[in-house]
Amino acid sequence: MKITQHASANTLTLTLDGELDASSSVLLDAELAKPETLKFEKVLIDCQRLNYISSAGLGVFISHLQQFQDAGVKLVFFNMQDKVHNVFEILGLDALMTIVPSEAEATAF
Amino acid sequence: MKNALRISCSRRNLKVVRDFVTEYLTAYQLPDLQLNQIVLAVDEVVANLIIHANSEDESQHLDLALDVRNKQFGIEIFDDATSSYAPATYHDPDLQEYIRQGRKGGVGMALVNRIMDRVEFSTQGNRNVCRLYKQL
Repeated sequence: MKITQHASANTLTLTLDGELDASSSVLLDAELAKPETLKFEKVLIDCQRLNYISSAGLGVFISHLQQFQDAGVKLVFFNMQDKVHNVFEILGLDALMTIVPSEAEATAF
Repeated sequence: MKNALRISCSRRNLKVVRDFVTEYLTAYQLPDLQLNQIVLAVDEVVANLIIHANSEDESQHLDLALDVRNKQFGIEIFDDATSSYAPATYHDPDLQEYIRQGRKGGVGMALVNRIMDRVEFSTQGNRNVCRLYKQL
């Protein structure tokens, strides 16, 4: 799993490249736990190259979502592959998290 | 076709397990979503056995054996932990509550139970065995 960051004035974009499992999700958790993350208005997660997610990866997002909401930070996923989106759907997480098709829609959100 | 695998109880081996299942199932040309679901269910059980049952003790091993018979996928996962998973303790997760609590874990078995047709945990001799089945 490779995580690339891009920060603009009020938006932090994290690009995920690889597979998010019980081994690699530790890296993502450390990124999202950084206090400065909560200073942005939006945290966008680019999932185009995210090829796999397990419950450990989902757990990272589940565990940070409330803190983001409390701090007024919007968490938006975009460019998600069907097989990854399907894992969100199996649990009903697609109804609880914001997932949009494209970067343009994520930016406009 | 290789249908058995032995791994040590390290999280690094989750990728090895996923590749093993994917490679075996390639011949069956499953739709992407179904292949990913089966790989995911196996990954979830193996992760639980590595992390919870065996406390990531790399001197411990898991043995996996899989096959497809009459269009049914089946996998057996053996381990030697002194404690075994008790399916009766399973509760369907309340995700909104998990989000409120900031919980990191607890949704893996929900994925396994929703994806697979049959999920069995038992003991065989001195070993624990988990069996997963899914019609293809």
